Amino acid sequence: MSAAALTAVVAVGGVVACLAVLLAPARGRHVLAGALTAALGGIGVALGATVITSGLAPAHLGWLIPLAGVTVAGDATSGLFIVVTGAVAVAVGVYSPGYTRHARQSRASLATVPVFVAAMLLLPLAASVTTFLAAWELMALTSLVLVLTDHRRPETRQAGLTYAVMTQLGFLALVLALATFAAGAHTESFAGMQRAASTLSPGLRAAVFLLSLVGFGSKAGLLPLHAWLARAHPEAPSPVSALLSAAMVNMGIYGMLRVDVALLGPGPRWWGLVLVLVGAATAVYAVLQASVANDLKRLLAFSTSENMGLITVGLGAALLLSAAHNRFAAQVAMTAALLHVANHAAFKTLGFLAAGSVVASTGVRDLDRLGGLARRMPATTVLFGVAALGASALPLGAGFVSEWLLLQGLIHTLPASGVMLALAMPLAVGAVALTAGLGVAAMVKAFGVGFLARPRSDEAANAPEAGASMLAGASIAALACAVLAVAPAILSRTLTHVLTALPATSGQQPPRLGVLLRLPGIAGSLSPALLALALAGAVLVTVVVAGWGSRRRPAPRPAVLWGCGGPALTPRMQYTSSSFAEPLQRVFDDLLRPDTDVDVSHLSESRYLLAKVSYRSVIVDAIEQRVYRPVLRAIAAVADVVRRGHTGSIHVYLAYGALGLLIVLMVAQ
Amino acid sequence: MGMLGRIRRGGRAAEPAPELPTRLDIAPALRGSLALRHVDAGSCNGCEIEISQCFSSVYDAERYGVRLVASPRHADGLLVTGVVTRNMSAALLATYEATPDPKVVIAIGDCARDCGMFAGGPGVEGAVHDVVPVDLEVPGCPPTPEQIIKALRQITGR
Amino acid sequence: MSGVSAGGVIGAVIQVVLVAAGAPIVVGLTRQARARLEGRAGSGVRQPWRDLRKLLGKQRIRPEGTTIVFAAAPIVLAATTLVIAAIVPGVTTGSPLDRAGDLFSVVGLLLLGTVALALAGLDTGTAFGGMGASRETMIAALAEPAILMAVFGLSIPVHSSNLAAIVGATAHHPAGIATPGAALAAVALGIVILAESGRLPVDNPATHLELTMIHEAMVLEYAGPQLAIVEWASAMRLTVLLTLLVNLFAPFGIAGVRPGALGILVAVLAITAKVVVLAAVLGAGEVFIAKLRLFRVPELLAGSFVLGLLAVTTSYFLTSTGG
Repeated sequence: MSAAALTAVVAVGGVVACLAVLLAPARGRHVLAGALTAALGGIGVALGATVITSGLAPAHLGWLIPLAGVTVAGDATSGLFIVVTGAVAVAVGVYSPGYTRHARQSRASLATVPVFVAAMLLLPLAASVTTFLAAWELMALTSLVLVLTDHRRPETRQAGLTYAVMTQLGFLALVLALATFAAGAHTESFAGMQRAASTLSPGLRAAVFLLSLVGFGSKAGLLPLHAWLARAHPEAPSPVSALLSAAMVNMGIYGMLRVDVALLGPGPRWWGLVLVLVGAATAVYAVLQASVANDLKRLLAFSTSENMGLITVGLGAALLLSAAHNRFAAQVAMTAALLHVANHAAFKTLGFLAAGSVVASTGVRDLDRLGGLARRMPATTVLFGVAALGASALPLGAGFVSEWLLLQGLIHTLPASGVMLALAMPLAVGAVALTAGLGVAAMVKAFGVGFLARPRSDEAANAPEAGASMLAGASIAALACAVLAVAPAILSRTLTHVLTALPATSGQQPPRLGVLLRLPGIAGSLSPALLALALAGAVLVTVVVAGWGSRRRPAPRPAVLWGCGGPALTPRMQYTSSSFAEPLQRVFDDLLRPDTDVDVSHLSESRYLLAKVSYRSVIVDAIEQRVYRPVLRAIAAVADVVRRGHTGSIHVYLAYGALGLLIVLMVAQ
Repeated sequence: MGMLGRIRRGGRAAEPAPELPTRLDIAPALRGSLALRHVDAGSCNGCEIEISQCFSSVYDAERYGVRLVASPRHADGLLVTGVVTRNMSAALLATYEATPDPKVVIAIGDCARDCGMFAGGPGVEGAVHDVVPVDLEVPGCPPTPEQIIKALRQITGR
Repeated sequence: MSGVSAGGVIGAVIQVVLVAAGAPIVVGLTRQARARLEGRAGSGVRQPWRDLRKLLGKQRIRPEGTTIVFAAAPIVLAATTLVIAAIVPGVTTGSPLDRAGDLFSVVGLLLLGTVALALAGLDTGTAFGGMGASRETMIAALAEPAILMAVFGLSIPVHSSNLAAIVGATAHHPAGIATPGAALAAVALGIVILAESGRLPVDNPATHLELTMIHEAMVLEYAGPQLAIVEWASAMRLTVLLTLLVNLFAPFGIAGVRPGALGILVAVLAITAKVVVLAAVLGAGEVFIAKLRLFRVPELLAGSFVLGLLAVTTSYFLTSTGG
């Protein structure tokens, strides 16, 4: 099949699905929307798989966009991201009919989902600046519509506004980056730009790199452009949150891979260093916010930022190591980054879908009011447990193998690689390790406080189990998590294709992800499957040991919880999400800057007797407070100055126009 | 090295173990290891002082396999002191209920046995055996550590 | 790449059995050493075994409202520890699981066990359970970077994070361990091991006060056989960590990749002697220190992290200047 035909199938599929949902009668609309999204995702998976194995010859459709036309092509890198997006869309499509039955979604919002998916499937196929930017903007606009689904809530409107501003600023940076690049290369096709990249001046390349990093970083939720992510993702309907958090953020990573690594690379060392630093800072900051977050979906959204940070660390390490001629370690780091894209997509889709089931059943997102769901929603609890295990990067979880690879890539820097690497890599390892540790804390909190223990509100106590379609959709993602956790080998060939195609990692034998993961050039190996097997064996042994002496035991009996001899414990006496995170909040006081207040009111008889103690703790995003506020104030101040020029007089405006034209002509001269 | 010197000079504080009393056939499963949860059901704290002496270096009840634990779930028995006051009777019962079988209840001191001098007091619910079944009683006001340890050794058999 | 050797398999089985059976004795040893220094007679090194035997014969209690997580956590804790016991080179470096899991996997498995117990603590829905879970999770989260940094420092000289490679290299070139990097890593790892196994000054295993508890607070609801498994697993964790520490820095007597019967016998005796000495030292050392305040513990772990960082940088610079 030619590139043009494949692109056409996806594009037409998206448009047809959109129209069909718009025209469908209200009754079956949500089912139709889900089915079409899943079908589109399925097409995406099939398309991506063929692109990975056989690539896609470039095709040019001159008539589609005036002047520039549309250019599409595909290689293994595009294929990988298409498959991941498609798979997320399948799970979300199957899931969403059940969800939209609980939480009504408007016709416009439902119809936008397939277009959004199609935009994300087409973006990796774009092979010219115009095509890329068009697909990017389509993705940004459709996602904005989806974030604003619940636009009657003020929080949603605020989140939508933040998202709109930041995504458009990111787009602006991208336009500047790609336009500068294309102007320097005298062509706007990616193939031509790749050929011309080495002829560009270092200053120009650096400018393109930094501008594109701003654009792509804002999409991936990297520091300091992360603020929209933790606001917008939780406010969208949960299936959309899954699409945003598991598929759309990946496009930021894809952009970096395509523009900065494939087209612009190989770059100097400091590119890699910048990526490692930004990634590590993002990972640590986001995971800290996640571990103190009390909103289940906000926690998951911060975890998305965290994982994008880890992927960026891998990407940066690959560039850094490749620039230091440490190709083996570079490959390992790149493998880690790519594998983590797939792993993160799997467990984050599952996380948001399971959280969506909770929201649909209880209407509550606040962990302090959840709890006890394990009894009422056992299937959803198991599903969320799988997601949490994956997100905490523990053995048997989906994230373990990729984080292991990442650490291997970081620690196997050759000592001869120079002082910069010798100082940067240990700190990166420390950051990744701290992220892993705090990630565990965040996920233990989400799962332990949200799903175990006793219900902290009536909504949680009476939550019904999620519907069949929701369970089915989430189960697809859970299956992907399980397979990726135990047998990452299924992605082995794909990753080999991608690694050989990327300039930073080509020319070496890539890591082998068999039953035993072997890293050529590095004496390190791991076998998640064997570990799982060994654990299963050990569980058997333990069960046998625990059965020893069971004949002489009195019969088991239930008992009320031990309340130190006092009256029965009430659910209000449990640890809540806030109290669980309190020690961490104290330890990282300087970074989090929590705003805590204790109000003590005394009885009028004596100040030794208390009438009431109220404790309030709010954690706001410190970076948002410290960095965004001054910037916004500065912009407002500048705007005030500029406004003085707005006199309302036509003559003055004409003079401005003439002056501007003169300046442009002089510069162009 | 002040600490090391003191350890060397102090030597062994534990007194030699008295002769092993005959083992009572209360709970054969608890032979050699006995974890106790102490419940002060309304004691004057005299018995508490003696109990804490039992676990001091001099008497060292731990050498006979006896330990005090924090949770009745971890315990094999209750060490109850004092008369059972109205306020503590429910707590004593709850602690008893929380302890897994097989379990023993040891009433320490005269108050625990028969309310002692507090018998008939307005806040007194009764002796320990009025609230939970008692397996072993140690008389005395307060009983000496030797007496308490002897009772405990009758259970552990060490 | 050598395959799996019969001697290696036997050695691995022996070391698992040794850990499983010897772990309570190790705990007994630390208690006995401490008791003797306190002027007490002590309950004997076999007391933990007596406790376990008794607990296994006691009634099992299902606290109201707990789910399968509560019932499964002790088993997961013990199972992860058993797998670690099979990976860590105690008797032989030829364990068939060595290539399936390296030092990172060991850290991950330790954390998995911790997480299982923390979830069980939360599952009970009691204040103490949540408190223990919260504290334990905080310490585990902060110990993770420290322990990984020490691992990093150790794996630089041998270019591998697989334990057999690290231990084997030290066994063949004992001089390689006498570097500043290795010494720093040893101290860093030692501190983290104290934190991970819940010993002083991080946690007091002998405390009766709920409010000062960390590990104990999570397991307050367990009784009988479930408590036995938790205690057994905790003892095994301590033993495995001591084995790891001693063999990373003093792997003398360890059997190689393809050990014979005599080699295994020597290795068993050697590791037993080393762990016994280390356990006694640990118990004795606890006489001299008090428990740290909870919010001083992060400072200790940060100190360990910095030592690990120093270990890494010194090995980098020493390795690069030395060749």
